[in-house]
Order: sequence, then C-alpha cells, then structure tokens
Amino acid sequence: MLLNPYFGEFGGTYVPEILVPALEQFEAEFVAAQQDPAFHAEFKRLLREYAGRPTPLTRCRNLAADTNTRIYLKREDLLHGGAHKTNQVLGQALLAKRVGKTQIIAETGAGQHGVATALACALMGLKCRIYMGAKDIERQKPNVFRMKLMGATVIPVTSGSATLKDACNEALRDWAGSYETAHYLLGTAAGPHPFPTVVREFQRMIGEEAKAQILELEGRLPDAVVACVGGGSNAIGIFADFIDEPSVRLIGVEPGGKGIETGHHGAPIAEGRPGVFFGMRSLMMSDEHGQIQESYSISAGLDFPSVGPQHAHLKSIGRAEYPSVTDDEALDAFKALARHEGIIPALESSHALAHALKMAKQTDNEQVLIVNLSGRGDKDIFTVAEIFEQRGEI
Amino acid sequence: MSRYQQMFERLDAAGQGAFVPFVTLGDPTPEQSMAVIDTLIAAGADALELGFPFSDPVADGPTIQGATVRALDAGTTPVTCFEMITALRAKYPQLPIGILIYANLVFVNGIDGFYAKCAAAGVDSVLVADVPSLEAAPYREAALKHGIAPIFIAPPNASDATLQRVADWGAGYTYLLSRAGVTGAETRAGMPITAQLDKLKGFKAAPPLLGFGISEPAQVAEAIAAGAAGAIAGSAVVKVIERNLGDSAKMLSEMHDYISRMKAATVKA
Repeated sequence: MLLNPYFGEFGGTYVPEILVPALEQFEAEFVAAQQDPAFHAEFKRLLREYAGRPTPLTRCRNLAADTNTRIYLKREDLLHGGAHKTNQVLGQALLAKRVGKTQIIAETGAGQHGVATALACALMGLKCRIYMGAKDIERQKPNVFRMKLMGATVIPVTSGSATLKDACNEALRDWAGSYETAHYLLGTAAGPHPFPTVVREFQRMIGEEAKAQILELEGRLPDAVVACVGGGSNAIGIFADFIDEPSVRLIGVEPGGKGIETGHHGAPIAEGRPGVFFGMRSLMMSDEHGQIQESYSISAGLDFPSVGPQHAHLKSIGRAEYPSVTDDEALDAFKALARHEGIIPALESSHALAHALKMAKQTDNEQVLIVNLSGRGDKDIFTVAEIFEQRGEI
Repeated sequence: MSRYQQMFERLDAAGQGAFVPFVTLGDPTPEQSMAVIDTLIAAGADALELGFPFSDPVADGPTIQGATVRALDAGTTPVTCFEMITALRAKYPQLPIGILIYANLVFVNGIDGFYAKCAAAGVDSVLVADVPSLEAAPYREAALKHGIAPIFIAPPNASDATLQRVADWGAGYTYLLSRAGVTGAETRAGMPITAQLDKLKGFKAAPPLLGFGISEPAQVAEAIAAGAAGAIAGSAVVKVIERNLGDSAKMLSEMHDYISRMKAATVKA
C-alpha cells in the first residue's frame, strides 16, 4: 500500500486476499488523482455547478436565542441529492471512470448514499446496482423510488438483520467477483483501506468551507464542531480541517436509540470493543465471542454496529468526544428546527442538533457551535409523521 | 513431521491426491454436525476443513451463509467448536484438522490466546478468511508460536510479490483459488490452473489444494491431474446437509455416497 492504512491501532485492510489487488489499484488511482490538477478542476467544477457548493453556514435565529450560545448550521441539506453524500460520490465516480470501470456497486442504509450514487451514475453513464437491507427498503421508500428513477437497480438484502451491515457484506461479496469491471463505491469513511482516507479527503471541503465562513461571520474559530456519527463520513468531513486546531472541540454524536442502557442503540464508540469487521479494525458492537451484534436507531443512516477507524482513533487519543443522543431527543430537535427555523433536518443530523441544544442549555458562557446539518429530512417525514400521530403531537 | 506432511507422503506413495471436505461446525446442530463429520471421515476424507460460524461471513456465498445461520441458531459458539474439535482429535489422532474462521472471532479475546486454544484442541491449521497476507503478521506469529500452520490463499489475480509472501509464510498446505468471488458451487473453479501451480512451485509453496467452486468428482480428478495436491469442497458438501434437514439418516447416507465418489476421483491415472 502507498498510504498508511492505519490510524493508530485502527484501520487496515481486512478483506479476503482476492480483493487486495482491487484495493491497491483504487489506492494508486486515488494517489495519482490527488496529484493531478485536471482531476481537482473537474471535481471542483462538478461540486460547484452540479452539486451546489459551497453550501451556506446559517446562524439559527430563534433556537437557543434565550442562551449565550450561537448555533450555526453547515447546510449540507441544501446540497443536490439532499445530503453530504453527494460530495464524495462525485469524487469516487470520477476515479472509477479514470480506471475504466463501467459499473458501480454501492450499499445504502437510509438511502442517501444510494441516491447520491444513482445520480452520479446517471450523470456519468455508469451502470449502478445498490444493495439495501430489506428492512431499510421498507422504512425509506421515497429514496428507493428516487434511486430507481435515476436508473439504479436496488437489490434487497434479506440476510442477517436486513439492514446496512448486511448490505455492506453483500456489496463486498459482489465486488469479490466483479472487481475487474466494477468499482465498489463505499458510502462512508469506514471499511478497508483506502476508503476511510479517500472518503475523508472527498468530504473535507465541508470543514474547510465552514472554517472560512465562521471566521468571516464571527471573526474567530468555533468552540465546538458537532456532527452525527454512523459510519462517520459527515463527521470526519467537517472535523478534518479542525483536527489541528486544539481550541475547537470535536464532538461526534452517536445514536443512543431507545437509551444506551436498553442495549438498543448504535453507539460502538461509547459501548463497543475493538474488533475486526467490514474490512477494518475499529470499535464495534460485538458479543463476548466476537459475533457482531445488530445495532438500532430510529435513523436508518446511523444504524450501524461499527464506525470509521479514524473516529476510533480520535476517541482513543482524546481528540474528539462521542456522546450519544436518544431517538426521542433527536425527534425533539427535528421538530424544533422545523418549527423555529423553518428547516426540516434529516433524523441523522437531528442527533447532532439535539446535542448542540443540550450544550446551549448547559452553560451561561458565550459559545459558538457549528452543527453539521448533514442532510434534509424529506426522506424521514413519513416515519416521523407516524410517530407524531401515534403520540397525538400533530 | 506434521499431520499434513504425513498425509501428503502417504497419499503420494499410494498414488492419490487429497480430498478435503468443508463443513461449518454446528450445522445444523452440534450433535448432528458431529455425526456428519464422522461420516465424512468414514467415507474417505483425507483431512477436514471446519468453519467456525460467524455473524458476518463476507467471503461466503449463500450456501455457507445458510450453514452459518443454522449453526448459530442452534447455539454454536467458539467454545462449542473447540469442544467438538477436542472430541474429534481424541477419536482421530492422525487426521489433519484445519479451521476456517473470520478475524473477529480470533481477535476479540486476544490473538495469542485463540491460537493457544487451537493448539490445546488439536487443530493443525488456521485460515482466517478476512486477513490477507499483508495484514497477517500477528496472526502468523501467534500460529507459529503455538505450532499451528498458518494457511494463506493464493488467488488467480495475485501479484508475484503476493504469491511469494503466501509461499514464504504459509505452512501445511496452500489454499489455491482459481476464480474470483465468494464460496459457492454455482460458479465453477477456473481451469486450467497449470500456470498458477508452476508459480507456486517456483516459490516453494506448501502443497496446493484447490478450493472454491469444486462440486464434482471430475473437477477433483482434473485438479490433481494438473498437479494440485488435492481439492477442497465446501458448498457442495453443505448442500447435502441443507437438502436433508428433515431426515438425518438420509443426510448421512447421501453424504457418505457423495464423499466416497469425490475421494475415488483422487486416484491418479
């Protein structure tokens, strides 16, 4: 390998031997593209003219108005496709074209990565098949339709828990037999090397833009950057440019589901142990024998029993903090942002916002927080409507 | 001399190659699994490949995934697997026993401790499906320390550097893979394998056994005629279990018949 596959003790390339040449080829192409001005120019042009970058940094006018906290939202929800996923998908799709791959394989949980992959493939003329847990297909119907509309084949995965982790397994199995013609367009900053590095580099503009924007608006760096963590791509994207700014707290919010104490959660950083799964050594939810456990979250995009290796590393060296937020707290934040700011956030991003609102209440000191509003909530309105109707809240 | 060396010498003298069946430990239940394994040996298996059921078997196709689910549903844990192997070792002192496993089951309670348990149970070799040779150093080190042969896969797309490492680091046997993809009888092993065999021979690799996509006696004969030391069949063996879940007696008689035919194909012309 050309780049370091490890972040401290986490990371690596834990795949069957047959996939190693495909990963080596992908890494070599990534390294070459990083040094190629024409690649950067094309990537930037797509981000600007097609995806809609830069995204704004919006100060909340009403939320937390009675506190000394100013909350800014990094508006990845306004990106084409509806979430930050589009950024790195465009980068990887360009790489796939460079190596002459004609097909794309992807996994998706909430369907946001699937939608982003489908749109990039439609744009670039790549044939696309997307593995999605049968349970997720049920809870994310609008996104399934979007993918199909843009020409992707959506393949239901019924093995295991029929959610994201099983879709990941199935995508790897497919790739083991199809790597000669297909690129596996992995959707988060996790999995085998070089994906965690590639995805971070193709998402790091979120933090670069946010840093420039906050300096312009506030004349100083924020006190903390807050993002939700499933696999960890939006979080590492907004963290990357702040890692070397020691005054900025990095806060990744894991899904606490029905409460950490119930065991029904998706918080491998808080509650998991080191292990090897999905091509990487990282923190994961597993039993004492090493069997990977099923995670749970109201948010399909955070419902994953492991996490990207760089987050495991940032936690182990104390550079980032990883609290959790329950389903109910996320729902409250979802409602609050809609009601008070006129923005409907993704349930994923609602976790980050919920934590920022907690932080605002916890101190009287002046503080500036940036929340990565990683996606919009259109895909979630049916799920949420059902819950609110049951509770008589709407 | 290791049990694998003894087996290869014995077979060589008899003008035969090795036939090595794979089953998942605990499929469909630990008790039935022991009866199946006894049948494999009675029908002529020269060595065994035994899978530890894992929640996320990424290198396996639907057939072995199914075996894994049955074994886990029947309560099979690594503790159960080691108990089964200990019993097999007592019963069959000369039989080479290899295990096929995923990294997390080895890693979670300490790599060294896992290989110590293998040695205590009488395991001869360990193949970790999701640890390629470039990540294998700590696994290999622990294996050698405890007298276990580390098995590596030699795939058709490997660079010479990888094949060299597989040859240098492996012991016992080399797992020769002649096609891409995951385990399964649906996609047949690629042939011919002569070029791959020549390279491995040049790098002085341990004797190669051809696996993935082997389901018929003719393939076993072809692999051995081409110069492989033998063949491994997994999914095709597991399918015999899958087909006869309701009828234990039929499962064992069909298995005996199938394994006998596969073994018969190892006799060199």
